[in-house]
Amino acid sequence: MPSDAPGSVQDPIVVEPRRLATGRSVEAGLDALDTATAAPARRGAWRTLTRSVLPPVVFLALLVGVWQLVYLAGVKPSYALPGPAKVAATFWETVTDGRAAEAVWTSVSRGGVGFALSLVIGTLLGLAMWASTWLRAAIGPIVSGLQSLPSVAWVPAAIIWFQLTDAAIYTVVLLGAVPSIANGLLTGFKQVPPLFDRVGRVLGLGGLDRIRLVLLPAALPGYLGGLRQGWAFAWRSLMAAELITYSPSLGQGLGQLLNIGRELSQMSLVITSIALILLVGVAIELLVFAPLERGVLRRRGLTTDR
Amino acid sequence: MTRPAARADERAAAGAAAAVRVAGVTQRFDRVGPPVLDGVDLAVAPGEFVCLLGASGCGKSTLLNLIAGLTSPTAGSITLSADRPALMFQEPALLPWLTAAGNVELALKARGVGRAERRDEADRLLRLVNLGGQTGKRPHELSGGMRQRVALARALAQDSSVLLMDEPFAALDAITRDVLHEELVRVWSAQRLAVVFVTHNVREAVRLAQRVVLMSSRPGRIVQEWTVDMSQPRAIESPGVGALATEITAQLHQEISRHAQ
Repeated sequence: MPSDAPGSVQDPIVVEPRRLATGRSVEAGLDALDTATAAPARRGAWRTLTRSVLPPVVFLALLVGVWQLVYLAGVKPSYALPGPAKVAATFWETVTDGRAAEAVWTSVSRGGVGFALSLVIGTLLGLAMWASTWLRAAIGPIVSGLQSLPSVAWVPAAIIWFQLTDAAIYTVVLLGAVPSIANGLLTGFKQVPPLFDRVGRVLGLGGLDRIRLVLLPAALPGYLGGLRQGWAFAWRSLMAAELITYSPSLGQGLGQLLNIGRELSQMSLVITSIALILLVGVAIELLVFAPLERGVLRRRGLTTDR
Repeated sequence: MTRPAARADERAAAGAAAAVRVAGVTQRFDRVGPPVLDGVDLAVAPGEFVCLLGASGCGKSTLLNLIAGLTSPTAGSITLSADRPALMFQEPALLPWLTAAGNVELALKARGVGRAERRDEADRLLRLVNLGGQTGKRPHELSGGMRQRVALARALAQDSSVLLMDEPFAALDAITRDVLHEELVRVWSAQRLAVVFVTHNVREAVRLAQRVVLMSSRPGRIVQEWTVDMSQPRAIESPGVGALATEITAQLHQEISRHAQ
């Protein structure tokens, strides 16, 4: 070994070169060490119960308890604030006489159709805005602005254009959901690391294949966020539209049920309708969007949530 | 044991057509200041392992991107024996929604390999980098070294005679890096690829290469070359590697010191 010249790298004192034949077992050992940490066991049923189910149930029970106390204290006359028992009776009545099912089905099917239309239009709009910088510059600010415009503001215009028809309702739903979906897709595209595109080019993927195999899957998390928000906006817009456009030809959605409660001054029906609207929102979130998003994020290692 | 290479380009040119030929390449990103690369000539013979060495700002990554065809030079020409060189980045750059096998298969798909054949070939390549048991894992389930081995398998799936590597092991710990050096040399000797390997780690360069090319910074020029005559596999801490690394480091320090004024 020559002694270190000034400014040279440090040379370790080597008596004998390491034997290279050990390499494969060193590698196997490293791999085993790196992957040996077993994933923590999936939550058991008991843990799910205590961590996820119990807290909201306890909170709801507390809420009902406070409600009952306020009712008993007579803060408001009973027609304005009926007690939990009365509301429960009305809720049960609407469920047993089929009005709840009818209203939920009418609204959810409208919401579903409206959301499906928004999905197609919003996705196409998002793709067009991503592909054309001119289009993005031209309508980007308007699309972002529309996202913050409460779509109930469109109801009067929609009624004047389409009278009291489903078309008026769908117009409002679309104006609520399309901007969120288009913006979500655009955000998804913007967040794709440039390295992924370089990988596609290095591998020799053509333009269309790069979009299909690299860019679109990479943009999926942002797109899903947009879809989720798009659904929330569609559902809100739908309720606003149903509440205002009341006509026998339109059938009876949840918004209309709510309106009947108001017209009859039947507070228990009003609370029942609100509860149903909330339940549908929670159900769609829990059954559709949350599992979808969790699946995508977990597959990519973007969440520690199990 | 070692000698400065006498214009290795000429030697390569004398033999068969070079795998990579860089001729008079100059690259500027702006009009003011010195060019990033200034009149670079480099020829890499088929099956030759060359390390490009230099301090930051010497344009070695720029040169690699030019050879990869990701950018085109301001002046000069670059010719390759392969249609499309394989390229490995400093990051594994695996697509996180695909499994290890899926990432390798993407490269095969880009080459137009049929579906059934893709599966078998991806399996074979992952076994080649000793990841036969991890084909179904997603990138986030693998360690940094394992991900870089998947990236190597993906680069090999491009089936190119030229493999370009841009500091692929810089982010790894020393033990993992040792293992990957062995892995790479083993794969290289089996496949007889021309490798251009960019690094700022002198010992790594001497450990791996048949020829080490030192570049100066601002402007990026090739200043000196060394042929490494030691046989493979060689250990990074062997006296021979240490001695040559010391010599090259002294030269590198001299190059860097020129910028002190």
